[in-house]
Amino acid sequence: MVHVEAQESDAHTKPAGEVTVWSIRRQRALEFWHYFSRNKGAVIGLIVFVAIVLIAIFAPLIAPYNPAAQDRGALLLPPFWQEGGSTAYLLGTDAVGRDLLSRLIYGARFSLFVGLFVVTLSVSVGVIVGLIAGWFGGWIDTAIMRVMDVILAFPSLLLALVLVAILGPGLVNAMIAIALILQPHFVRLTRGSVLAEKRREYVTSAEVAGASALRLMFVTILPNCLAPLIVQGTLAFSNAILDAAALGFLGMGAQPPTPEWGTMLAEAREFILRAWWVVTFPGLAILTTVLAINLMGDGLRDALDPKLRES
Amino acid sequence: MLRFFLHRLGLLIPTFIGVSIVTFAFIRLIPGDPILMLAGERGMSAERYAELRSLYGYDKPLIVQYFDYAWSALQGDLGTSVVTKRPVIEEFFTLFPATIELAFVAIIIAVAVGIPLGVLAAVKRGSWLDQGLMGVALIGYSMPIFWWGLLLIILFSGILQWTPVSGRISLLYFFPQVTGFMLIDSLLSGQEGAFKSALSHLILPAIVLATIPLAVIARQTRSAMLEVLGEDYVRTARAKGMPPRRVIGLHALRNALIPVITTIGLQVGVLLAGAILTETIFSWPGIGKWMVDSVFKRDYAVVQGGLLLIAGIVMIVNLLVDVAYGLVNPRIRH
Repeated sequence: MVHVEAQESDAHTKPAGEVTVWSIRRQRALEFWHYFSRNKGAVIGLIVFVAIVLIAIFAPLIAPYNPAAQDRGALLLPPFWQEGGSTAYLLGTDAVGRDLLSRLIYGARFSLFVGLFVVTLSVSVGVIVGLIAGWFGGWIDTAIMRVMDVILAFPSLLLALVLVAILGPGLVNAMIAIALILQPHFVRLTRGSVLAEKRREYVTSAEVAGASALRLMFVTILPNCLAPLIVQGTLAFSNAILDAAALGFLGMGAQPPTPEWGTMLAEAREFILRAWWVVTFPGLAILTTVLAINLMGDGLRDALDPKLRES
Repeated sequence: MLRFFLHRLGLLIPTFIGVSIVTFAFIRLIPGDPILMLAGERGMSAERYAELRSLYGYDKPLIVQYFDYAWSALQGDLGTSVVTKRPVIEEFFTLFPATIELAFVAIIIAVAVGIPLGVLAAVKRGSWLDQGLMGVALIGYSMPIFWWGLLLIILFSGILQWTPVSGRISLLYFFPQVTGFMLIDSLLSGQEGAFKSALSHLILPAIVLATIPLAVIARQTRSAMLEVLGEDYVRTARAKGMPPRRVIGLHALRNALIPVITTIGLQVGVLLAGAILTETIFSWPGIGKWMVDSVFKRDYAVVQGGLLLIAGIVMIVNLLVDVAYGLVNPRIRH
């Protein structure tokens, strides 16, 4: 942290009062928000994302119907504004008479959970492995990086598909497979940052002061590698949602009747030329969520990465 | 340069060995008995099972099995499909041209549209045009392409009836497959309307497959151009009164393209992953659909062989991109 604080006091005029850890943190948060909010797209992305999170949390309160409830009298009903539609089912119904809107609302839970689970798993494993590779170097580093090369040699979705074939179809296995294919990016990124930071004076001084290897890795070095990891993390979040939906679409992810958006699309495929709404809305939900996260990612990159800030 | 090439090639060898271990392990990790899966026979006797077990070499130690596998793979023997009983490598090379054709047209679309858009956005930096183009690029980048394909089918095949829904060419045409590329073969056949039919089958899947690479290339071109446009030599060129078009085309673009070339090369993996979805939606008879179908038919010999071949292709293309990058940018050779 010595390094961060030194940089901080160089870059900014100190506030008149006493400089405490909290005042610095507050100032950094304000600075972050200053750059993040300058990017209008990022703010829009944030608002949409928060809205989707709220929808997912309060799904049982918002959704007009149970996502699994079937109305035999209303099969493939179009959205309410189209002829034959009804305001009872705002976005229409699917082939077995389930309310599309309710299924989309519940679907937000699955997609966000996929993103959260995959990012947590791939970041935590990736960062630890990357720290080990970068810190110890030598044959450990070589072995780890070769394994990562092997994972990256396969087209991502193909490897995920095959892994799910091994583990068995289902949402949990799909998430594990996706976490595995995304994790090499975090290993590479962390290792690269560790290699760059390892020789800096603040690390040497901490080492001389008697800090243990674990402390040096996690407390001294890691906080200074966080910015690119956060940006990569948002990318992984949106990629995880896309890949999980793609696996669901191929029949290898969440299984019907789960209201997962990709699985819903797979079920809707045969009605593609008869009922446009069962195909259009689930995809629109995926696109909106992924786009919101990617917009935020661009804003985070602008705010966190000083090198890219002025471009 | 040769040393650089050999060095990079040397780095590939351990990775390729790793890939072969993964594909070797795959068939042993799949739930179920590998011998029953490889044989594809039902209700076999214990003698027949033992016979097959030694035929496939499963009675040998694991390490010997691996070397047997690696040795036959090196000689081009990747086993036989359980479903069609044809050699995996033969099936692969029958279907591969369809995927190359699709991927090639897709990358041409992505480059031909993506680079000009990126340059335009960079030159008009901050304008509504720039913001609009980059907004569209981000939508393309966030696109679930399997859904995008379905939407295009609804619009162009359903409502407008302009394009067919699936396949590579209308069943009305039949001609020898000289090159395996339908666009070329249909021209060579001299049959009236054949080329048009092939093109109309190809255009939607190619657009779908091009979407994400196009967005990535446009974004990358824009940021590379912005970086270069701030350089001293561009300012000098402008200051001496060179026409803006020449400054952008001659000085800026040529240098900005260096990182863009790498980006284009890195799209090969993206294209092959995208081919899995695109070919499935459009029933395009290429290796992506082949792999998905094989997973579902539990034709694991095909999955195993296909994985190895596809990873090998990705690695070789990445090597070529690396070398091409070394050619245009001598600094990284050392």
